[in-house]
Amino acid sequence: MNEARPNGERRPRSDRRLRVLLPIAVLALGVVLWDAVVRVYAIPPYVLPGPLLVLSTLVSDWSVLSASLLVTLTTTLEGFALAVVGGVGLAVLFNQSRLIEYSLYPYAVILQVTPVVAIAPLLLIYLPQQGAVLACAWIVAFFPVLANTTLGLNSVDHNLADLFRLYGATRVQVLWELKLPAALPYILGGLKIAGGLSLIGAVVAEIAAGSAGAGSGLAYRIAESGYRLNIPRMFAALLLLSIAGIVIFFALSYLSHLLLRRWHESAIVREV
Amino acid sequence: MFTKSSASAFSSGVPVVALRGVGKIFANGIVALERLDLDVRPGELVSLLGPSGCGKSTALRIIAGLSEPSNGEIEWSQAAEIANPRRLGFVFQEPTLMPWATVAANVRLPLKLAGLDITADARVAAALARVGLSGFADSYPRELSGGMKMRTAIARALVTEPQLLLMDEPFAALDEITRFRLNNDLLSLWQSLRKTVVFVTHSVFESVYLSQRVIVMTRRPGRVFAELAIDAPYPRDERFRTSADYAGYCRLVSEALAGAMLAGEGA
Repeated sequence: MNEARPNGERRPRSDRRLRVLLPIAVLALGVVLWDAVVRVYAIPPYVLPGPLLVLSTLVSDWSVLSASLLVTLTTTLEGFALAVVGGVGLAVLFNQSRLIEYSLYPYAVILQVTPVVAIAPLLLIYLPQQGAVLACAWIVAFFPVLANTTLGLNSVDHNLADLFRLYGATRVQVLWELKLPAALPYILGGLKIAGGLSLIGAVVAEIAAGSAGAGSGLAYRIAESGYRLNIPRMFAALLLLSIAGIVIFFALSYLSHLLLRRWHESAIVREV
Repeated sequence: MFTKSSASAFSSGVPVVALRGVGKIFANGIVALERLDLDVRPGELVSLLGPSGCGKSTALRIIAGLSEPSNGEIEWSQAAEIANPRRLGFVFQEPTLMPWATVAANVRLPLKLAGLDITADARVAAALARVGLSGFADSYPRELSGGMKMRTAIARALVTEPQLLLMDEPFAALDEITRFRLNNDLLSLWQSLRKTVVFVTHSVFESVYLSQRVIVMTRRPGRVFAELAIDAPYPRDERFRTSADYAGYCRLVSEALAGAMLAGEGA
C-alpha cells in the first residue's frame, strides 16, 4: 500500500529562477528605455523625469515621503483589518442565520457596486478626515472577503457535514472544525484581493479629501506635487505606492502558502 | 423461492436494529423505499445488494439517523445505548476525510466531537494500527492512495468502538486489486472485533465474498426481493474466491438480482 506520493514537491529550480529573473529583466529593459527616451528627446523633468531623477528625488524627499507612506500604510492596514473582521464576521453571521442574510446582503452589494469615488466626498462631510479615509478603505476591501467567505462556508463537502451530524457535533463545532477550515482557501483568496483594494480605497479617499497637513498620505502628496508641477516627486510617490501594493500582495500570498501548503491543491505543485 | 427458506438459519437472536415497513418518499416525489422490512442481527455481516437507485443507501442513511423515514419504524435493541450516535460507525462511498487535517486528526474527529480528548491518543493509535496505517499518522489525506484514504475512513469509523458499522459502497471507487485487499482486511477486522456490519454494495461478487447474508433489493420502490444465506465458513480467503462454492453462490445471487430487476421494472 505504499503508493503515497512524497510531499513537498517543488518546481524544478531552473523554472523558479526564471520566474524571478524574467520580470527583473523586463523591468531593467523598461527603465533603460525610459532613460534613453528622456535623454534622446531631451524631455524636461516637469514633463517626464528620468528614472535616476526619480530615484534621487525619492532619497532627497524621503523625510516627507516616508511620513506620508506611513500614513497611507496605516490607513490601508486598518481598513484591511476591519475588512477581514467585518467580511468574515458578516459571512459567518449570514451562514448562521438566513434571516440576517436576507436582510443585510442586498445592502452589502449596494455598498460594493456604488463607486467609492462617489461616496468619498459624502463621507468626508459626515466623518473626520481620517475616519472617512478609513471608511473608504474598508468599503472597498470588505466585499471580496464577505463574498469569498460566504462561498467557502457554503462549499462544505455534504458527506463531511453528514459525518459531523452523525457524531452529534454542535453548531459551534461544525462552524469551527468544519466550515471555517473548508472556507480557508476561499477566505485567503478574498484577502489577496482585499489587500490591494484597501490600498486603492485609501488612495481614492485621500485624493478626495485633498487637505494639507501633517496627516497627509502618499496620494495627497501625488495630488499636491501635481499642482506644483513637481513631477519627479509625483513619480517617487507613485513608485512607493506601487511597492507598497506589491509588498502587501506578496505578504498575503506567503500567508496563503504557509496555511495551505500541506493540503490544498492550489498550493501543491504536481510532478508531471 | 429464495426468501424464507434460507432466512430461517438466522432467526435466532434479537435484532440489533430492525426496519419495520419503512418507506421513504423524497420531496421530488420519488419513492425510494416502500414497506421495507429488515432485521440486522448481532454480530452478523449482512450485505444490501441492488442496482443503483434501489434505495439501499437510503436505507443505510435511515439506520444512521441521517435521514428520516416517511413512514414505518426503526427498532433498536437496548435502544438508548446503540441508538446513541457514537455507537455507530459510518463509512461513505468516498473516504470523506478533512483535507486540512492529518490522518491522525481525521481519525480523532469522532472522539473530539464527543469531548473524549483525554483518552484519544491511545485510541487513535490503536485504530490506525488496526488498519495498518501506523506510519502515516502525520500524513495528509492528499498524500495517500485511494486505498489508504479508505483505510483511514475505516479507522475513523472504528475509533469510537461502535457496535454497528454501516458501510455505503465503501470500495466501489477503488481498483480491483485494492478492493480485494480491503475486502480481506475488512473480513479479518470483522472476525477479530465481532462488530455488526451492514454493507451496501452493487457487486454480486463482493456481497457473496464478504457476507453471511445477502439481501437483494428491487428498485423504485426499494423493497426486499430475496434473502440468501452464504453458508461458507470463515475465514474466507483467495481459496474461497476461486472455489466452486463461491461461483455457485454468485450464480444464485445473480439470478436473484436479475429477478429483482425484472420485478422492479414490472412495478
